[in-house]
Amino acid sequence: MFSKIGFLASAEAGASPVIPKPAEIIVGFVAFGLLFLIIRARAVPRFEKAYKDRTEAIEGGLERAETAQREAAEALQMYKAQLADARGEAATLREEARAEGSVILEQMRATAQEEATRITASARASIEAERQVAFNSLLNEVGALATELASRIVGESLDDAARASRVVERFLADVEKSQ
Amino acid sequence: MRALWSQANPGFVPPSSADFDFEPIFGNSILFTKPVLLVFLSVIIAGSFFTLSARKAAIVPSKLQFAGESIYTFIRNELGRDVIGPEFMRFVPFLFSLFIFILTNNVFGIVPLLQFPTMSHIGFPIGVTIFSYVTYHFVAIKKHGLGKYVKDICFMPGIPKPVYLILTPVELLTYLVTRPLTLSMRLFANMFAGHLLLLVFTLGGEYLLTSGLILKFLSLFSFSFAIGLSFFELGIQALQAYIFTLLTALYIAGALADEH
Repeated sequence: MFSKIGFLASAEAGASPVIPKPAEIIVGFVAFGLLFLIIRARAVPRFEKAYKDRTEAIEGGLERAETAQREAAEALQMYKAQLADARGEAATLREEARAEGSVILEQMRATAQEEATRITASARASIEAERQVAFNSLLNEVGALATELASRIVGESLDDAARASRVVERFLADVEKSQ
Repeated sequence: MRALWSQANPGFVPPSSADFDFEPIFGNSILFTKPVLLVFLSVIIAGSFFTLSARKAAIVPSKLQFAGESIYTFIRNELGRDVIGPEFMRFVPFLFSLFIFILTNNVFGIVPLLQFPTMSHIGFPIGVTIFSYVTYHFVAIKKHGLGKYVKDICFMPGIPKPVYLILTPVELLTYLVTRPLTLSMRLFANMFAGHLLLLVFTLGGEYLLTSGLILKFLSLFSFSFAIGLSFFELGIQALQAYIFTLLTALYIAGALADEH
């Protein structure tokens, strides 16, 4: 019989199989205790370590991927910000140039206005001066002419009204001719 | 060996519980009988297998590590984490040892040459049951204190008072007697019956083989049945190891729970 190779079955009909042998209880207890100590010391911590390492390896990979993604997002953000900055700067520059242009235009206009005013004023002044000069010379001439006229009138005849008016007319014609 | 070999042909002697008794291999010490040696062999086999398998603890496991780890993971997660809950890690070494110890000893029943499930000697299941018994009581007492534990067993909360008349003895009996008794008895009886069944067909085939020509032919069926039953036994052996461990885990979970 296969199950008995090398072993002898006792022929005696022993005690009932449900009656435990104390020695076997002790052996079962000790043997299991022994295995428990071995497993607790040698197997479980190592298996747990393998678990932990594996979890860390997987989580590490995920973390690395996450970091890369975050960095890419940051780079994109930065690029966008830079682009926005550049756009803003260009707009500002344009705005500034426009403002500056209008300022320059305004200044030029003001200068031109000023110049025009100045020219007008100087023209007016020179006209006034000339008029003054003319007036003065006229005043002198009128004086001289009046004197001359008076002498003529006095020289010819003062009682004849027609003659007097003739004399004045002649005088004025002379004046006009001389002018 | 068996009586029928020494006599001429006294007819078929069916296997009995006497087939489970072994003389010491040498000397008179009970420490040298087959079952006892098998138990220690199981410690060597299971201990060294899982020690070797766990030794490298590599992230990418070898085949050996994978094999050991699969069994470990199964017990750790299915019976530890899922049954006991958050505090399960303390009990994993115990549950795992329990499972592999019983499994190895059970499977000895169909390993050629060994062919004896050690757990069919009731002493061994009792030896292991002591661990479970002490563990779940100890855990409960440590968690709730002796007074509350005894009170919870005797007077389950939320029950009408007259029911205690019946419930208290039943609960006491369950916690103190029935649980350990059924735990060891179930394992023992299954292994005992399984081995007896295999013996019937093996010894029957053997008997037929030593008989007349037609009966010799019939022994073929008997032997093939024994082989088929061996695989069936393998299932039962694994199942019994699982049930023993599962029940222990459940008892521990019950001990840790706030209400019984």
